[in-house]
Amino acid sequence: MFELLQYEFIRNALLAVLLASIACGIIGVYVVVKRIVFISGGIAHASFGGVGLGYFLGVNPIWGIIPFSILSALVMGLVSKRTRIPEDTAVGILWALGMSLGIVFIGLSPGYAPDLFSYLFGNILTVTSVDLIIMLILDLVIIMVVFLFYKEFLALSFDDEFATVVGVPTVKLYFLLLCLIALTIVVLMKVVGIIMIIALLTIPAAISKQYTSNLKKMIFISILLSAIFGLGGLWLSYQLNLASGATIVIVSGIGFILSWFGKQ
Amino acid sequence: MNQENKNNENQENNTPEVINLQKVWLVYNNINVLEDINLAIYQHEFLGIIGPNGGGKTTLLKVILGLIQPTKGEVNILGMNPKEGRKYIGYVPQYCLFDREFPISVWEVVLTGRLGQRKCGKAYSKEDKQKAQQALDIVGMIESKGKQIGKLSGGQQQRVFIARALVTEPKILLLDEPLASIDTPLQAGFYELLERLKEKMTIVLVTHDLSAVSIYVNKIACLNRRLFYHKSKEIRVEDLEATYHCPVDLIAHGIPHRVLRKH
Repeated sequence: MFELLQYEFIRNALLAVLLASIACGIIGVYVVVKRIVFISGGIAHASFGGVGLGYFLGVNPIWGIIPFSILSALVMGLVSKRTRIPEDTAVGILWALGMSLGIVFIGLSPGYAPDLFSYLFGNILTVTSVDLIIMLILDLVIIMVVFLFYKEFLALSFDDEFATVVGVPTVKLYFLLLCLIALTIVVLMKVVGIIMIIALLTIPAAISKQYTSNLKKMIFISILLSAIFGLGGLWLSYQLNLASGATIVIVSGIGFILSWFGKQ
Repeated sequence: MNQENKNNENQENNTPEVINLQKVWLVYNNINVLEDINLAIYQHEFLGIIGPNGGGKTTLLKVILGLIQPTKGEVNILGMNPKEGRKYIGYVPQYCLFDREFPISVWEVVLTGRLGQRKCGKAYSKEDKQKAQQALDIVGMIESKGKQIGKLSGGQQQRVFIARALVTEPKILLLDEPLASIDTPLQAGFYELLERLKEKMTIVLVTHDLSAVSIYVNKIACLNRRLFYHKSKEIRVEDLEATYHCPVDLIAHGIPHRVLRKH
């Protein structure tokens, strides 16, 4: 087992799992307690437009994904808060619109998109050192913002109307939270892929919610669970020669089912 | 307070006006939710607003709080617009809509009431914690401060939400259906709490339950899109019938409990 560590791509994959656990452990908790799973799934899928944009412009797709996912988060937030269009309708529209933009961009790009599938389904073995540095920076941003606005995010998630009345800038904070979700999606993209990101944003947080009634503890348990599922899934995918992203999601799903039955 | 407030002083009893609504209309998708609401509430009043479900009671509170913009009309809180004035309002929203499993303790819930007093992102101060402590003391929930909010009974949760509203030391307390979650035998205790709070602030309580407005309120209004209010504790059968759109039988409970006039 340990001789595998001499390969750089294996070391990168392990580091990527740990960095991804931090982002999805923290933000997944807010996604679950504030019940914004659907909008988060929407942001994840819409950000595929950014992958296409990256290919179209001929740059590393991550430079397309970061602005595009933040933009789709803000558009979804604006449409659901500032118009009378129901939130789920808005998400449904933007979800598919973002993906189709991605497909059109890729179609317009010259040549063949080599690692397209690794963005859709994840391919943790292709994570580069540049990817790791970006993941680390995004993790630090997420940690800092959540550390700073922990109380405000708690109030917003528990009762945003009351928080508004006492003077918390709830709309701005909600947009900030959506942007953090967008950044988390960037961090998770190579690990499990756009299509399955929502699993890592919900499963670890949903399990930890069953075991604690304190949000901080919930965050730490979620990070730990994400790391266990990520490393476990990676190991299993290596042993059985399966797709790593899908295996991580299946391991997480089995973890959820076991913990749910354990609690009954 | 300011000049404007002085101008608003009630001629009859000389107490300042705290809430004033003039010709407030709210139209949503061509349906009138509120029609021509005129309402003046004075300091230290305890106003009960009754009306059927869907009659616009919660909406009216949200208009007062500036959470909903009226289509027409003026809303004034202590001489300010609602978004300014609401920092002087303690809001106790309709219980029920929160997730019982939400990972938050009683103490954390009450402290969120202090969030508007500081810059976003700053830690709670000693004063915040003292105020939270005092508020939990007033409602008698201090020994439950470490518990998860969802583990408490309905009545206890309601007390915690009142404590959360009290930590800003509001001049006005708005309560939306506060008795819905409290068993009838415990309601008396709840009213005694409000009775104590009444000395320090103006209270507006909204409910669909006629029997819930008891001897403790000193003014009653009826709301079903339109507001019927005679600045008194009496309700007229005509008003109730107009409010509920059906004949209403009134039962008065002897003189001390009389909230309804002789009929």
